[in-house]
Amino acid sequence: MTGPAADTIAAGGFDRIDPPDTEIYLDCVHCGFCLPTCPTYLVLGNEMDNPRGRIYLTRAISEGRSKITDRFVEHMNLCLLCRACETACPSGVKFGFLMEAARGQIERNYQYPPAEKRFRDHVLRTFTDLDRLETLTGLLRFYQQSGLQRLVRASGVLSLFGRLGKMEALLPPIPDQRLRKELPEVLPARGQKRARVGFLAGCVQRFFLPQVNASTTRALAENGFEVVTPREQGCCGSLLVHEGEREHAKAFARRTIDTFERAGVDFIVVNAAGCGSVMKEYWELLHSDAVYRTRAEAFSQKVRDTSELFAQTPANGRLRELPLKVTYHDACHLAHGQKVRQQPRNLLKAIPGLQLVELAESDFCCGSAGVYNVFHPEVAQKFLDRKIDRIKETGAEVVVSANPGCTFQIERGLKERGLGIRVVHPMELLDWSYRGAMPSGLRRI
Amino acid sequence: MLKDKARIVRELGKIVGPNAVICEEDELRVYDTDGLTIFKAMPDVVVLPNSAGQVAEVVKVCHREKVPFVARGSGTGLSGGALPLEGGVLIGLNRMNRILEIDYENKRAVVEPGVINVWLTNAIAARGYYYAPDPASQLACSIGGNVAENSGGVRTPKYGVTTNHILGLEVVLPDGELVQLGGKTLDTPGYDLVGVFVGSEGTFGIATKVIARIMKKPEAVKTLMAVFENLEDASNAVSGIVAAGIVPVSIEMMDNNAIQAVEKGVGAGYPLDAGSVLVVEVDGPRAEVEALVHPITEVCEKNHVREVRLAKDDAERLLLWKGRKAAFAAMGQISPDYYVQDAVIPRTKLPQIMAYIADLSKKYGLRVANVFHAGDGNLHPLILYDSRNEGELHKAEEMGSEIMKACIGMGGSITGEHGVGREKREYMPLMYTEDDLEAMKKVKRVFNPDGVLNPGKIFPTGAKDVKAGPSGQRGIVEKVLGHS
Ligand SMILES: Cc1cc2nc3c(=O)[nH]c(=O)nc-3n(C[C@H](O)[C@H](O)[C@H](O)COP(=O)(O)OP(=O)(O)OC[C@H]3O[C@@H](n4cnc5c(N)ncnc54)[C@H](O)[C@@H]3O)c2cc1C
Ligand code: SF4
Ligand code: SF4
Repeated sequence: MTGPAADTIAAGGFDRIDPPDTEIYLDCVHCGFCLPTCPTYLVLGNEMDNPRGRIYLTRAISEGRSKITDRFVEHMNLCLLCRACETACPSGVKFGFLMEAARGQIERNYQYPPAEKRFRDHVLRTFTDLDRLETLTGLLRFYQQSGLQRLVRASGVLSLFGRLGKMEALLPPIPDQRLRKELPEVLPARGQKRARVGFLAGCVQRFFLPQVNASTTRALAENGFEVVTPREQGCCGSLLVHEGEREHAKAFARRTIDTFERAGVDFIVVNAAGCGSVMKEYWELLHSDAVYRTRAEAFSQKVRDTSELFAQTPANGRLRELPLKVTYHDACHLAHGQKVRQQPRNLLKAIPGLQLVELAESDFCCGSAGVYNVFHPEVAQKFLDRKIDRIKETGAEVVVSANPGCTFQIERGLKERGLGIRVVHPMELLDWSYRGAMPSGLRRI
Repeated sequence: MLKDKARIVRELGKIVGPNAVICEEDELRVYDTDGLTIFKAMPDVVVLPNSAGQVAEVVKVCHREKVPFVARGSGTGLSGGALPLEGGVLIGLNRMNRILEIDYENKRAVVEPGVINVWLTNAIAARGYYYAPDPASQLACSIGGNVAENSGGVRTPKYGVTTNHILGLEVVLPDGELVQLGGKTLDTPGYDLVGVFVGSEGTFGIATKVIARIMKKPEAVKTLMAVFENLEDASNAVSGIVAAGIVPVSIEMMDNNAIQAVEKGVGAGYPLDAGSVLVVEVDGPRAEVEALVHPITEVCEKNHVREVRLAKDDAERLLLWKGRKAAFAAMGQISPDYYVQDAVIPRTKLPQIMAYIADLSKKYGLRVANVFHAGDGNLHPLILYDSRNEGELHKAEEMGSEIMKACIGMGGSITGEHGVGREKREYMPLMYTEDDLEAMKKVKRVFNPDGVLNPGKIFPTGAKDVKAGPSGQRGIVEKVLGHS
């Protein structure tokens, strides 16, 4: 489970802090099985933008035959880190770790043009700094609710702001923040207590999708879980790992481990696929940290996606009819990152009256991929269009997504096409079913 | 290095557009090898056309400038066929990946060359059809590449190889002319030029459209896994099945090393302690299929089979096949590198050659994983090595050539389906006399007179002095074509 010590590695064109692990790229036998599952290869159509190519380019630098060039950075950054290639690879190549390490090298050793650097920093700080996010959500809600948004959009002034203008279009509707405040620090279990679980409220989920967190904690309590939501928790660092800001991410990881160790919980439950995936891999992120290494391993083993927890302990209580036709989108960091595919489907099937129709290419990335859609809007749009086409074919009323990034992205895509399909989290459906309360505006079957 | 590279790049860019030209070393690198990584050659330029018209224009430029060029599909080839040995232009066909037409009534499909093999079957499966040639790499390889290599698959014993399923082709010849070969029916009048083109390893032209036969799924399919303690029993069982006059769709064999890799990589349910397994599939009308299971089991029992397991449903069948087909691709689980031989032997010689390979493995101190098309005697010993250890690759190559020679000695051949390409060109004299080779070159010159298309492939350069073995096949081409 551990990587080699940093100073024993001949890092070639990379520095000695977490260089891409030789053993990983040596696992690759160049067979090409991963090619047709890679979204960027299918859309961009060149071999630098497929897993085999990216591994090969990384290896060339590692072996000192090449350097970190502009074009290398471009192809590495175009990767969605969706990890579909890991699912496809019979040789078990841990592509995600290789890419994360390579991005760490890029972050430290490559000089982005100044404007690009500012833009990247700005985006990453915004989504990972809770105070900043809180201020921002307040302002944004005002912007959207006051009619200012309509005015600004109509004026065309956004085009003057270039990429920040495009970012505006990605904004989800900001909900009323009062809903969020309802989340108690400890929610007691209903009936017989099964376990004490720590709940990660997430950054984006907390501010932009507070109803999902409310549903998740209620559904957990209904099932006999005592739910602790530590107040002092912060960002888990997943975006930072993906974008190569490893040192910063490690600090977040240590803080998260401290927080949940103090909470004294049996499991750490996560309802956002991207966060869960990274937390299950803290052991890798902290493998060279003498103090945290074993603690990180123990922590990672306790992390569960909500649907996994329910798969271990079947749903309690009385589920009421939910006559809806739904389809399930596999978030990359759940299906490919955590190999969780069947559990959420089983959960949905357990809800009486609910009809689950399979989505073609359900595990093909929707293009959200953390902040990918902010950095590469044109490419991301192509994945989104493909996803919306498939969703439309199902004829479902609701798309189920267990990751906030996917939820926003798909919601936006549906709206652009004028489709009245809703995107909800599996925990919301479960919660609705428990409470026998389906929100209005949904068509029953 | 290409003379006048900048000018040629500019001209090619005008044809295919700026997003379809690659000319910097830090990007070109990904095109310098294929599924067989021991050979490397970097192109000067890669172009990624999206239509036959663009391919033709690109080829015209190469022809006029006398710049060597080569086609590439998915780069899964195992003989270095897609390597630009003399640099020049590499034409990647992966963007030409549309299925253009499916005609169920006449059982044929028209596809672009970059279509991935399995996509065709996926597109027609709902209507109960499939495309028969199924190389183990079918998840990744392109139909254009299959045409060039005349690829086989696990269904080869009953359904043949790619050439048996291609009706017609649209081809850009090495001077840029676009021509049609064959047509939409099984046998077009005149010479079978489609048959000549299929298997020409990218040296006769670039296929830009493929008209392929599609087939109706048989009424019933049954797949058996037979577990043996050792390779010898399994080999004898293969001979026994064939001798009994049974024509299965496939008889595939895996040894213990292959099983280890597959189980780690895919978890298909093969027993980890088996010396060897056979996967046997039969298809056809239900009654016939049912009737075949018993005699096959009987042959296995005569050869000390430990267990014969019949896949109980489609899911189990598909999992067995997923495992078998992932075997090469899973080798990374047990070894950093592998070098695969593709030699063929008469099926009756299986037990002898397996024993011989085991001896060589000891002699060279290199592990071997065997996973192959036993039903048509097409061996795939995967010689496992570690390129980081000095001299190990060389040992692997030496051992490979000993295997090849032994196969020829037994009346077999140097390649079953992966092609000669770069890898086996020096071994051609093991099978053919100089006159044979000259006759073949004459055929090549009809299509590719200047040799600008895919140079350096198939024919020996004399770099390696291989002694001709006692082959029953030597002289065959000479006899057929005469000395003219
Ligand atoms: C894991 C694994 C398993 C395999 N299993 C099998 C198997 O079971 N059976 C088998 O037969 N092979 C097998 N192969 C070998 C390989 O997949 C086949 O040879 C395949 O046909 C190559 O297709 P490609 O698209 O990757 O072609 P490439 O490797 O890109 O090219 C192969 C050759 O075809 C030429 N070419 C490509 N496209 C065109 C075109 N449109 N027109 C003209 N020439 C063209 C190239 O110039 C080159 O000479 C396997 C390979 C791997 C890695
Ligand atoms: S599937 Fe795995 S071994 Fe094959 S090329 Fe992709 S990463 Fe390498
Ligand atoms: S992570 Fe996704 S985008 Fe990146 S190489 Fe793998 S399959 Fe392609």
